[in-house]
Amino acid sequence: MLSNFLSYIVQGTGVTIAVTLIALPFGLLIGLLLALLYNYGNRWVARSAGIYSLLMRGVPPIVLLFILYFILSGRLINLSPFWAGSLSLGLVSSAYQMEILRGALAAVGAGQMTAARAIGLTRLQAIRYVILPQAIRLAIPPWSNEASIVLKDSSLVYALGVPEILRRAQQLSATTGQPFLAFGAAALIYFCLVFLTNRALDYLAEKTKLPTQPV
Amino acid sequence: MSAFLELFLRFLPDLLSGAGMTLLLTAEGLTAGFVLGLLAALGRTYGGKLWRSVSIAYIELFRGTPLLMQVFMLYYGLPGLGITLSREWVAFLALGLNSGAYQAEYLRGSILAIGEGQMLAGRAIGLSRWATIFHIILPQAIRLAIPAWANEPVSLLKSTAVVFLIAVPELMAKAKAIAAKTYDPIGSYLAAALIYLVMVYLLDALMKWSESKAVIPGFESEAKRA
Amino acid sequence: MASSLILQAKNLTKIYGENVIFRDISLDVRKGETIVIIGPSGTGKSTLLRCLNLLTRVNSGQIFLEGREITAPGTNEDQVREQIGMVFQNFLLFNHLTALENVMLGLTKVKKLPKEQARQKAMQELSRVGLADRAGHYPAQLSGGQQQRVAIARALAMDPKVMLFDEPTSALDPELIGEVLGVMAQLARDNMTMLVVTHEMGFAREVADRIVFMEKGSIVEQGAPDDLFERPQHARTREFLWKITELYGKKEKP
Repeated sequence: MLSNFLSYIVQGTGVTIAVTLIALPFGLLIGLLLALLYNYGNRWVARSAGIYSLLMRGVPPIVLLFILYFILSGRLINLSPFWAGSLSLGLVSSAYQMEILRGALAAVGAGQMTAARAIGLTRLQAIRYVILPQAIRLAIPPWSNEASIVLKDSSLVYALGVPEILRRAQQLSATTGQPFLAFGAAALIYFCLVFLTNRALDYLAEKTKLPTQPV
Repeated sequence: MSAFLELFLRFLPDLLSGAGMTLLLTAEGLTAGFVLGLLAALGRTYGGKLWRSVSIAYIELFRGTPLLMQVFMLYYGLPGLGITLSREWVAFLALGLNSGAYQAEYLRGSILAIGEGQMLAGRAIGLSRWATIFHIILPQAIRLAIPAWANEPVSLLKSTAVVFLIAVPELMAKAKAIAAKTYDPIGSYLAAALIYLVMVYLLDALMKWSESKAVIPGFESEAKRA
Repeated sequence: MASSLILQAKNLTKIYGENVIFRDISLDVRKGETIVIIGPSGTGKSTLLRCLNLLTRVNSGQIFLEGREITAPGTNEDQVREQIGMVFQNFLLFNHLTALENVMLGLTKVKKLPKEQARQKAMQELSRVGLADRAGHYPAQLSGGQQQRVAIARALAMDPKVMLFDEPTSALDPELIGEVLGVMAQLARDNMTMLVVTHEMGFAREVADRIVFMEKGSIVEQGAPDDLFERPQHARTREFLWKITELYGKKEKP
């Protein structure tokens, strides 16, 4: 009984991880594109990216999730709740990731661009070989925070009927009559996932840190 | 567009009553969260063994799990232990507990930033440890925490939306009811989004304004926002 | 000094909004020549350098590199900058790359050299500035003087036709200035064509073939170091030289 109980929730854990692993990179891709457009695009492109960010960050994620879900699983596009939910979460996250990345790009500073252009690199080469490698390092700590937010926000697709951890816990609590145990197990799993994510990204930040002490 | 406008205007009173509930939940959660956050921050930095461990466990558990998880734990899980709370109480408690864990870390960060020097200086003029904490460290720490803390009201306001899943009649719940009535989910949720947008940026402007009023010399360098 | 013109500026004017940075500047740079531009801060010297390698656009006037107009529309700016080396006041090394990688980047990405060849060339340039033993260090692990020497090597690696130095020592602690000026003096002896903005009057006097005195956005006078320092023609030049010797002391050796 206990092993059934656990394996049922563990299947939900797989769904939670899958939703996160779709939403996070999808949000990163769009967020990075928007951050680059915001920092290096012409005035109108930059302004549009800024407005996108303001709108997306001004509305609760669950509200956006519902709007996007009904668009992505509507008549024009018809995705499953799993895909519509994951991609919607990714879009929500893209605005926050854009803010992180554009801050990091700005923090690298205009001087690096000048120096890169001065040896004859093109603008795109300068962004690719000089600005981005530095910006990404700067972005890792705030980005790991966003990663655990997306992991936690993946619980919102519960509302779309996707069988992730919370949905499983609810079904279990109904079938076993042990709600405290069911939700307690779910909480424990979330806690471990968030903890492991943070640890992994701390490790990544440590690994990519540039040396400052003479060797 | 005109269909949306019609829907928006027709259900505006309904949406606004939901928005009122949203703001009430935000205010309650923020207040409860501040008290809990202060206790946990003090516990984690200055508390004895028990207070310290409880504070750490509280902060880490509530920051390490989703808010919706916490709402469900209180709403569906606690009755399993024989504790049954109304949905309004669950919403209030979950939001307060959740926000408290985050507020604790803002406060703790600034308490640590104030440093040992101020404690030494307080003790040197004969204040007790707790008198130093209350009269010297906290007044500075709270001011120092303002810029980071100023994001919490907006963040909490956005978080309140998940409690529609236990049918608390706030803005998102109203939008869901309207969606069921009109068969226009996108329009209904967009209408709610519009009101959230206005509330979020008004609150944000209010926070920025009060932040600029609260600045005292020597603390303005910290006034940067995420 | 009969050798060929490398860089020629004709009637350059730069205006930022209401501010005239410089007006109607003309300057000829010949092959192998070291020109030092001196003058009070904020007289447009640095902006002039940035305009010469097209990092900033002039409002009017023409610039010629080996007789070809580089201010003409349709000029490939990246190719121009590849041929004009620049060293900045605050070094601007790429912080995520080692000294060697800093020097290699332009070689592999702009000149498209194979990696091994680029590495050899980069090591050669680092040796030239005396930093072969620091090749694996990151900028944060180097002193200011060392960083600036790496920056010089990075510019030299592109085999530029002319090198622009924008106050290369003003961000350095006094004890580190000498090593950078030493490298620059050696370059001048090796007949590199150089245009240097600096407040180091000792260096100017010893190393320059020609001194250009700029004030308030125009060239007041120019000439050989001995003439300009001993027999300045303009009252403003005299005044400036008097002030700067008061400030920095007379004896500054590179």
